[in-house]
Amino acid sequence: VSATNQGGRGGRVQVPRFGHGSRVPGWDTAVDLTKDPATVPDPATTPVPPQLREQIVQAMAKYPDRRSAAIPALHAAQDEHGWCSPEAIEQVAAVMRLTPAYLTSVATFYDMFKTEPKGRHDVFVCTNISCSLLGADEFFEEMLKAAEGHPDVNVASFECLGACDIAPMASVNGVYVGPLDADDAPRIVEDLEAGRTVLDHKQLRYRRSTDPGVLAEEASYFAPDPATSEKADTAGLGPEGDNVDRPGPAAPIETPTDEASNPDES
Amino acid sequence: MADVKIILDRIDEPGLNTLAVYERRGGYESLRKALTMSPEDVTQDIMDAGIRGRGGAGFPTGRKISFLPHGDMDKYLVCNADESEPGTFKDREIMQKNPHMLIEGVLIASWAAGTTRTFIYIRGEYAYQADILEAAIAEARDAGYIGEKILGSDHTVSLVLHRGAGAYICGEETGLLDSLEGKRGNPRLKPPFPAIEGLYQGPTLINNVETLATVPAIIRMGGKEYAKLGTETSTGTKVVSVSGDVQRPGNYEIQLGIPSRELIYDLAGGPAEGREIKLWFPGGSSSPVMTKDDLDIPYDFDSMAKAGSMIGSGAVIVIDDSHTVLEVAKKVAKFYAHESCGKCVPCREGTNWTVKMIDRIEAGEATPMDLDIMASVQEQIIGNCLCVLGDAMAMPIGAMVQKFRSELEAEIEAARERAEGADVADVIPVGVADEHAGPFPVH
Repeated sequence: VSATNQGGRGGRVQVPRFGHGSRVPGWDTAVDLTKDPATVPDPATTPVPPQLREQIVQAMAKYPDRRSAAIPALHAAQDEHGWCSPEAIEQVAAVMRLTPAYLTSVATFYDMFKTEPKGRHDVFVCTNISCSLLGADEFFEEMLKAAEGHPDVNVASFECLGACDIAPMASVNGVYVGPLDADDAPRIVEDLEAGRTVLDHKQLRYRRSTDPGVLAEEASYFAPDPATSEKADTAGLGPEGDNVDRPGPAAPIETPTDEASNPDES
Repeated sequence: MADVKIILDRIDEPGLNTLAVYERRGGYESLRKALTMSPEDVTQDIMDAGIRGRGGAGFPTGRKISFLPHGDMDKYLVCNADESEPGTFKDREIMQKNPHMLIEGVLIASWAAGTTRTFIYIRGEYAYQADILEAAIAEARDAGYIGEKILGSDHTVSLVLHRGAGAYICGEETGLLDSLEGKRGNPRLKPPFPAIEGLYQGPTLINNVETLATVPAIIRMGGKEYAKLGTETSTGTKVVSVSGDVQRPGNYEIQLGIPSRELIYDLAGGPAEGREIKLWFPGGSSSPVMTKDDLDIPYDFDSMAKAGSMIGSGAVIVIDDSHTVLEVAKKVAKFYAHESCGKCVPCREGTNWTVKMIDRIEAGEATPMDLDIMASVQEQIIGNCLCVLGDAMAMPIGAMVQKFRSELEAEIEAARERAEGADVADVIPVGVADEHAGPFPVH
């Protein structure tokens, strides 16, 4: 792969290229055309972990067409194997009675499937518009730096994760945290290594709605029954038996702009 | 206009995601009421409400339901919870905090449309929200709201939560159907439209989360009553996600038709002190951008369309004067280039060319003529693909070139000056252009 980000006038960017000028990896990999295409693997010679088989069979039962279970099955196989390895694909193919090529085509289409081995912990940093306006690109650099030397941590930039209200944010093993600043990057790695809940005080699940009307009963279209007008004191769901005194979303969410911002002022 | 909450109504109430609290607040009463009505009457009620799809296209929901053929056949209902439009996060809050409202809406719509199999396609990244929905579906099933002959009626319905795996294109309805069938999420040629031939070739109704979550309220208050909210052609309330350079980013439920300024400044707090709005997206990154002069346009479907943009999924992204238009354009173009599924040439190539042209501007190699080429590329994408992903890039980029031309020209000039100061030895000769890379000498 030849790629360079410098040289040229004003740092002109060169597009990374593989052989034959292709921008897609694998296009120049030699293919043995004398071989027959892979067929549906023989269940007798393809051992599948029983719990994985169970999950795939259950997923297939939910749909009128068993192929609909391709994505859930690949999710299960990825959880089992850490990535969509050829072996994992083979196992899914054996249970679903599909060819490995079909499942590979599906696995390579979606961003959440890993088609090469990566770290066990996923840190997806959103670098789309709203997050990048508030410093996501800088945070992504910090995150890459923090994860250096930690092969277990897989850091990737991701398209909009649907949490622009806590921008800049990241999804750490599926848990949304934000707004993040540079200091959070090493903390995320520390929390992951220690097996702790990641950035507990910055998790999206505790964030309250920002719309002032949601607490005002007069704004509610359906007049609340006095018996049900319990006042919210926690947002979202706390884990059961959770007695941690957390700053939580009750604390003002700060927007990390350069300028001092006062959330109470409109 | 009075502050009215329907979707976000007391949404932070503890335990609202459980059946017990939802029922205590009158949950599933609308389903009971709907089941005593005929499917035609339910559809008529939704038509009377005048509600338009909240996912982006703004198509009247009642009419969409009425398009489904009648008779005994396998019909499907799919709830589109693949919320991926940059800047949009309203469905996430609904599913996380009030999942039963969505489930009830799905069940009522399935009664109206006569579908027995229903699906919620949620994007794979929303793992926490999917877990909550899954638990809520199990609760609803145990309580007899989902299953054979629910609540003593002759309506039989199943509901399956399907988790995606990260692809923006799966929010496009036919791409979503292909993905739900277990394929790569490539959009299909239309017609036939999903209402005639959709999931598993059967007639399929596809609706956004917020649209379906509003249905219980419409049944409860009556369609005509709902239509009194908002404006005449954009009825009801809408949850708007405001993000970017504002002091209080978040979801706000507004009556359609309030001035955009009220939404951005009064509710979301506007940009930080000392900053001014430079541009804003009224409906996600796919909508043509607006300037600070457009802030008094009422926030509703028709006013925004008349002003040359759209309210799309209801995602307002505000960008203040500390950012350049070029950096916004680059983010937008890169996103669509990454997410283009590659099926149609104008989109696949057009998005990539646009990224390269922006790179050229940054590298100081562009001239103002490149802006004309950029605008013409956008024009040639629009309307020439199976789906609107390409258009979704072409519209905002086209609007940026049109509305911020002088700034972009200044940007080109500044980049050229920077580049001329660079070491001449580093210059790559223009002659080694890659013939695969499009008509422009890009390296």
